[in-house]
Amino acid sequence: MSQSLLDRAAQRPARLGVIDCDVHHALRSPKDIHPYLSRKWRDHLATYGSRRPVPFIGSSPYFKSAPALSRKDTWPPDGGPPGSDLKFLQEQLLDRYGIETGMLHLLSISGMDQRNQEFGAALCRAINEWQYAEWTQHDRRLKAAIVVPGEDAPAAVREIEHWAGNKDFAQVSMVTHTIEPLGRRRYWPIYEAAAAHNLPIGLHTSGYNGHAVTPTGWSSYYAEEHHEVAISQQALVTSLVCEGVLARNPTLRVVLVEAGVAWVAPLCWRLDQHWRRMRDEVPYLDRPPSTYIKTQMWFTTQPMDEPEKPEHLSKMLDWVGWDRLLFATDYPHWDFDDPETAIKIPLTEQQRRMLFRDNARAAYNLD
Amino acid sequence: MSKHVVALAREIPPGNRKLVTVRGRPIAIFNIKGEFYGLLNRCPHQGGPMCEGVLTGLIQSDDPGTYQYSRAGEILRCPWHGWEFDVKTGQSWCDPEKVTVRNYPVEVAPGQRVVQGPYVAEKIPVTLEEQYVVVEV
Repeated sequence: MSQSLLDRAAQRPARLGVIDCDVHHALRSPKDIHPYLSRKWRDHLATYGSRRPVPFIGSSPYFKSAPALSRKDTWPPDGGPPGSDLKFLQEQLLDRYGIETGMLHLLSISGMDQRNQEFGAALCRAINEWQYAEWTQHDRRLKAAIVVPGEDAPAAVREIEHWAGNKDFAQVSMVTHTIEPLGRRRYWPIYEAAAAHNLPIGLHTSGYNGHAVTPTGWSSYYAEEHHEVAISQQALVTSLVCEGVLARNPTLRVVLVEAGVAWVAPLCWRLDQHWRRMRDEVPYLDRPPSTYIKTQMWFTTQPMDEPEKPEHLSKMLDWVGWDRLLFATDYPHWDFDDPETAIKIPLTEQQRRMLFRDNARAAYNLD
Repeated sequence: MSKHVVALAREIPPGNRKLVTVRGRPIAIFNIKGEFYGLLNRCPHQGGPMCEGVLTGLIQSDDPGTYQYSRAGEILRCPWHGWEFDVKTGQSWCDPEKVTVRNYPVEVAPGQRVVQGPYVAEKIPVTLEEQYVVVEV
């Protein structure tokens, strides 16, 4: 415990410029999206509402440990929920920490989760228009993700093609709790389109599919579930690898967001062990599974692990591979990682550059 | 160490707090049921601003299904990651010996005493009739 404290850490203002790979903007009001929806879909929303495959009608199945899941000091002074006020986000995050690029992930509304898939596709387009006009055009440091209605692959491909080539969008984003595991064939056209347009797929833990996050049933406590998203992301990585998504799209890049990183190393070991024993079941994997993970996947560090002895974290990150790590704050959420204080181990200059900036430039193909 | 007049006592009613800066240090002053306490405005974990934390009570349990709630309003939770601290001592609940927020002695002094010194009160106009919050830094 004592080893994870500030006074034992080298305080390190991240002077080199940070690429923050998980920033949450938000609608100030659900009405913000209305101007970007057609009359038909505005009427639909007013009459039938946003309906997601959620077992808790009228509420979120996710636990909350803080209002809006956010740091208490992130509520904008001029009103609106955390993340909804660009000026305050600039002050509190981008300017404060010298963030040169912030990767936006919108969680407060989702098109991919809509049970009415046509509405979901319209909502994705509206969200993308809103992100483009109201965020990326006001601060060039912010890069949006093309949100797609991933359960309807042809519609998702149309959305990718609509925005491809627009440098204000750095990736294609899908929810991670899906109808089938994301490696399954129904999603393959989306990966092909993303690879064809040189866009990584960003998979931020999110979404509802009616199942518990854990494969062992609904947990009682947030203290359980906060960790269980990492388990669900392991299943997601395993699916993408074992179904051959990475093998058949060798230029596809995938970024896993908000599940930490410590689990990546043992997952690679286990998958490689299985491959040596059962390779003939997945014969299209002509190399050990870890090879695909360690060339085509990146992982955001937040929430950063805090082992009792910091040197254990150094070892763990060595095992994962320094070139796989992307720093993320998760601003404005309550489990925010501060760029200056979250990583309590000494870094070499090269590790610092990779973690805070250069790996993201490679993963997102930034100039 | 020197004593600094940082606020009128009535500016910070019970249950309230005020962020002040003394000798360059941001210090959160809390009024807990009429007693004043000062904590560095920086969580020892990742640096969250303690002054914006929620004051709550201490929940303890001997067994799932039973609990005791005590010390209402005396436990300060960091506004970022929710770590719990005793607002009176700065000690954390998770590791009270090693994990603490730096605390500063705070007292309430009448204006009559404050004007005699050796208090430092350059930012607060002092009148004889008022009560003042004084922090020692």
